[in-house]
Amino acid sequence: MEVVQIQRTLMDYTKSLFMEGLLDSQFLQLQQLQDESNPDFVVEVVSLFFDDSEKLLNELTIALDQPSVDFKKVDSYVHQLKGSSSSIGAQRVKNACVAFRNFCQVQNIEGCLTCLQQVKQEYYLVKNKLETLFRLEQQIVTSGGSIPMIEMGF
Amino acid sequence: MNFSSGRGSMPITSSSAAWKPADAATDQFPAGLRVLVVDDDPTCLMILEKMLRTCLYEVTKCNRAETALSVLRENKNGFDIVISDVHMPDMDGFKLLEHIGLEMDLPVIMMSADDGKHVVMKGVTHGACDYLIKPVRIEALKNIWQHVVRKRKNEWKDFEQSGSVEEVDRQPKQSEDADYSSSANEGNWRGSKKRKDDEEETDERDDTSTLKKARVVWSVELHQQFVVAVNQLGIDKAVPKKILELMNVPGLTRENVASHLQKYRLYLRRLSGVSLHQSNLNPFISTQDAAFGPLSSLNGLDLQALAATGQLPSQGLARQQAAGLGRPTAKSSIPMTLVDQRNIFSFENPKLRFGEGQQQHTNNKQQINLLHGIPTNMDPKQLASLQQTAQSIGNMNMQVASHGAQNNQNNSLVMQMGQPQSRGLILGDSTVSHTPRLLSSVGQPILSNGMASSVASRDGIPEHIGALGCNPISQASSMPNFPMNHTSDLPGNSFPLESTPGVSSFASKGAYQEDVSLEIIGSGGFVPSYDIFDDLNQHKPQNWELQNVGMTFEAPQHSSSLQGNPDLAQSVLVQQGFPSGQKNGHNRSAGVVSKAMFSA
Repeated sequence: MEVVQIQRTLMDYTKSLFMEGLLDSQFLQLQQLQDESNPDFVVEVVSLFFDDSEKLLNELTIALDQPSVDFKKVDSYVHQLKGSSSSIGAQRVKNACVAFRNFCQVQNIEGCLTCLQQVKQEYYLVKNKLETLFRLEQQIVTSGGSIPMIEMGF
Repeated sequence: MNFSSGRGSMPITSSSAAWKPADAATDQFPAGLRVLVVDDDPTCLMILEKMLRTCLYEVTKCNRAETALSVLRENKNGFDIVISDVHMPDMDGFKLLEHIGLEMDLPVIMMSADDGKHVVMKGVTHGACDYLIKPVRIEALKNIWQHVVRKRKNEWKDFEQSGSVEEVDRQPKQSEDADYSSSANEGNWRGSKKRKDDEEETDERDDTSTLKKARVVWSVELHQQFVVAVNQLGIDKAVPKKILELMNVPGLTRENVASHLQKYRLYLRRLSGVSLHQSNLNPFISTQDAAFGPLSSLNGLDLQALAATGQLPSQGLARQQAAGLGRPTAKSSIPMTLVDQRNIFSFENPKLRFGEGQQQHTNNKQQINLLHGIPTNMDPKQLASLQQTAQSIGNMNMQVASHGAQNNQNNSLVMQMGQPQSRGLILGDSTVSHTPRLLSSVGQPILSNGMASSVASRDGIPEHIGALGCNPISQASSMPNFPMNHTSDLPGNSFPLESTPGVSSFASKGAYQEDVSLEIIGSGGFVPSYDIFDDLNQHKPQNWELQNVGMTFEAPQHSSSLQGNPDLAQSVLVQQGFPSGQKNGHNRSAGVVSKAMFSA
């Protein structure tokens, strides 16, 4: 594939992620922070997010599996996940966390379990998409091209 | 740099850049602003760091609150602002906020994904200077420097609050600040400052004065101009109208000058009486503001005088310290700020004794030394509290000092006031026994005046000591300046020394030649200052004694005496705008103290 084509694919792909609400403007901020001194910034941060989130999701699963659920603890995990997902722009994950917290507050175990599922789903989805995105970027770079900046109409 | 990838695992701190002296960034302010960011979320932490670096700030990140605190403690003047997350596993963000406010008095910005009203309110009540909602955008971070500048400005303002209005454009003073504030001032205000000088003064008068409206702030510069004018005319011939003309300050009225002149006259009279008022060291403690720099010179002298008299009981010191400390926004210890960084450090070094004003910026830890030399009267508790206060004072000093305050000798002088005892404290001679030594040396002249009793009692020494404690009395200045303190009329006007350089300025004041022996400043020991006492003794020591006693020695009467002798307190305090934290209404004294400082 020609570089130009890959670039176009990348642009369209990224745009679609925004359109679908998987990513929001915060992700753009991250991209704008990336520069020559830190060319892999976005990838690094997102990788960090992935590691951290997976730990949190594990903790959440364990916590909700307890005979007596500690909702405060659960809430605190969800809060963290909400914070980090919003920081990288994973909008849908963040929204799922918001709903999750509501159920925590009312200590609705069923609601919490459902939300956990939701969050996981959104998380794996965005993870998948981002990995694809990074792969496209990588292709461009190895082909000698540069990654186009997304201009979104936000 | 590395940062932990796991949450709640080992605390990690990483610096984005090597530490640079604060001065380095002065011209490029806010670039180089030293930010400490604390967040247990590694993703956020990394993003914030990157954003802050993009804003050209110097960033250090921590993922644990405890780490952040220890980093802050180790680098007392190493940071300008802290950004902290609210929800953290090891410590609540608000608790961290409190600690920072108490110990370091840095502006703290809270942030959280939580935007609930009650959480934001909590931030407000705990003293956070701002609250950011995650996800944080870089635009929000670009302006955080305003909090640093604002805080410094407010500290100055508070300093002056006791009686004078601040001049907004204290450009010269501000430009002395090593770091950003001056840059900010230069950058933002330089042009407009001069132009708006008058306007601002007027505005300030209305807006910033905590006292009556339209009250003129007698800043150091303004006072200096005043003194110059008075000296030109001759103290006998100095009438408000002529002074006003000579000063040629727009917006200043004859009435302003008249009332200031009255106070000044009393001050002069007091000086000649050579009475040492150590009563209100508190003001000193409270005014940490760097702005006090110029004033501090005056204050320093007074402090020294006070210290010299050794009248300040250790308790007082402790109290003062206590009063002065522990205010998140408070000026933790006026003396601190005023005191030259060198002086501050003298605390830390028990061996330093008085004259050593070494600049050991970073030794907050040594603050404990402050308590050394505490008069034996001090009981363990007081000692402990003193230590604490001293520590915090020390910390605060650091803070203040780092603000590029005019850490000049003058500052140290202020500290000096702390009387010998306080000196002991400051120096931290670890043994209380030192105090007696000090006392004897210091108190000797005094004792001869019959002060002995009061000295011995030391009970009454009010917070002053605390204030003094902060300053390595090493600067010891001639206490004689204290006589000024007697005037209760000095509501906190500060009479800045005409000549800044510490004690020497006193010497130059013709009227107070005798007081000049204050030259002690900067000397290694405060012993020389004792000479002054001889002089002092000759000058109505009784007055001083009485006053001091009232103020400082009688613990039980302490507060009442203080109240009753506002001037004492005032004179001692020297520092204007004494923070509200002052106990026993020393606040007023703060203002007075500064006046006292003047040695003419």
